[in-house]
Amino acid sequence: MGYFLQQLINGLTLGMIYGLIALGYTMVYGIIGMINFAHGEIYMIGAFLAVIGFTVLGLLGISYVPVALLIVLFTAMLFTAVYGWTLERVAYRPLRSAPRLAPLISAIGASIFFQNYVQLAQGARVKPIAPVISGGYTVFEEGGFTVQLSYVQILIWLLTLALMVAFALLIQRTSLGRAQRACEQDRAMASLVGIDVNRTISLTFVIGATLAAVAGVMVTLYYGVVDFYIGFLAGIKAFTAAVLGGIGSLPGAMLGGLILGLVEAFWSAYFSVEYKDVAAFTILVLVLIFKPSGLLGRPEVEKV
Amino acid sequence: MSMSNEALLTLEGVQSFYGHIAALRGVDITVRAGEIVTLIGANGAGKSTLLMTICGNPHAAQGRILFDGQDITRMSSHEIVRRGIAQAPEGRRIFARMTVLENLQLGALSAPPTHYARDLQRVFALFPVLKQRSRQRGGTLSGGEQQMLAIGRALMSRPRLLLLDEPSLGLAPLLVRQIFGAIREINALEGTTVLLVEQDAFHALRLAHRGYVMVNGRIALTGTGAELLANPDVRAAYLEGGVPLPTAGSS
Repeated sequence: MGYFLQQLINGLTLGMIYGLIALGYTMVYGIIGMINFAHGEIYMIGAFLAVIGFTVLGLLGISYVPVALLIVLFTAMLFTAVYGWTLERVAYRPLRSAPRLAPLISAIGASIFFQNYVQLAQGARVKPIAPVISGGYTVFEEGGFTVQLSYVQILIWLLTLALMVAFALLIQRTSLGRAQRACEQDRAMASLVGIDVNRTISLTFVIGATLAAVAGVMVTLYYGVVDFYIGFLAGIKAFTAAVLGGIGSLPGAMLGGLILGLVEAFWSAYFSVEYKDVAAFTILVLVLIFKPSGLLGRPEVEKV
Repeated sequence: MSMSNEALLTLEGVQSFYGHIAALRGVDITVRAGEIVTLIGANGAGKSTLLMTICGNPHAAQGRILFDGQDITRMSSHEIVRRGIAQAPEGRRIFARMTVLENLQLGALSAPPTHYARDLQRVFALFPVLKQRSRQRGGTLSGGEQQMLAIGRALMSRPRLLLLDEPSLGLAPLLVRQIFGAIREINALEGTTVLLVEQDAFHALRLAHRGYVMVNGRIALTGTGAELLANPDVRAAYLEGGVPLPTAGSS
């Protein structure tokens, strides 16, 4: 029971991180119908910015956790926003009316570029940071097994929930959200009501990138290590989460992330850690075969 | 009625392509402030392409488009729309997965926010059914209701020039009368200038102050609504189910 509960806590935490990254995939897919395969690298850059941020703040002697955390989150979001904006401008916008394969290749190219850029700039070795937040609650003890809910996990949960609420409000209630949904449904008509479609697409990349940055910062806090290659696997996992939830569906991305996180945690706990990626990608294959529209997705039927 | 001689919209030698096909082959038209001008013609004459070209999608390949004295030929769609042109396009193009109210809010995007509440009431007064359906998704509306929503959405931007593409298409006669009544009201009460594309030439010419007849991407005839209604060629081609007018010039 205790073991199960611990895996549940770990799985939910992992799932929230996947969900945050998946939101970026699904948003971009919704608005331009393209998978942004460089999104995982944006997350990786977010994680590196966290390492740099906490290290610099440590040198400056700013060690009060809430302040340090806010500064790091804010800077990471700001920088990744610039990366996201530039990525769209350079790699995708020139190919907006090209055949679908072209932006896909461009996306993979951008992804390889970012990995190598970070490897060159930061080195190939794994970068550790000293734990910023340590400790946690003991939920209960049972036969020598302690179920722990760490402060970092609580932070990840709260931050993710807050972001999800803010994000849902943004999409449902603000004129930017309405503009995004309008572009998603009919881009030409959106411009006929006066929406600047290019700006809306840029902002979608920016928002997706900032969410990925938050995920990157939290992973850095959670695991304490990053390297230039983490974006690849996390990116594909989050992509799996987005497909599982139904690509294009925002609640689906979150749900898919949580399910994937739980599957991975339980698989690692009860079957084998080595094959946890197999479990994740088996889900991707099964969803693509049996329910390509995902759990909450809309089937691709256009009514005339 | 506040009709003046001031040209609100002028097209000079506008050419435009629909894919690789020349859809407009040098079109000159003028719409004066306060007028209702209609553009009639057979299917494929280029009427819809003309309205879309005014909105910059596609851009005119040749020629010039002036709106309120300003050259808008090269501007992007949203810049043109924000200058005061709104379109209820061919096929209505309602945002089907958004509510009626959200569709109207999107229409209001380029209007000053202070006018929103009043404009919304005005649209609801013009089309009361939209008020009843305001929480419903656009895609669930009937064809006639979608047409009203498309016009209402265009009106929410407080346009100086309203472009309407076949508002009567596929609607029952009673609804057509209601929609045409609404167009007349918008023009008479608000002074909104209207450029109306129609296949229903009879109703359109009765409603309009002036009209243009379009054949194969060119303007073949022009005159007041009454003149065109009386013109034997127009009657033969568009009102009595005859053969279309021969192309003006060579093509």
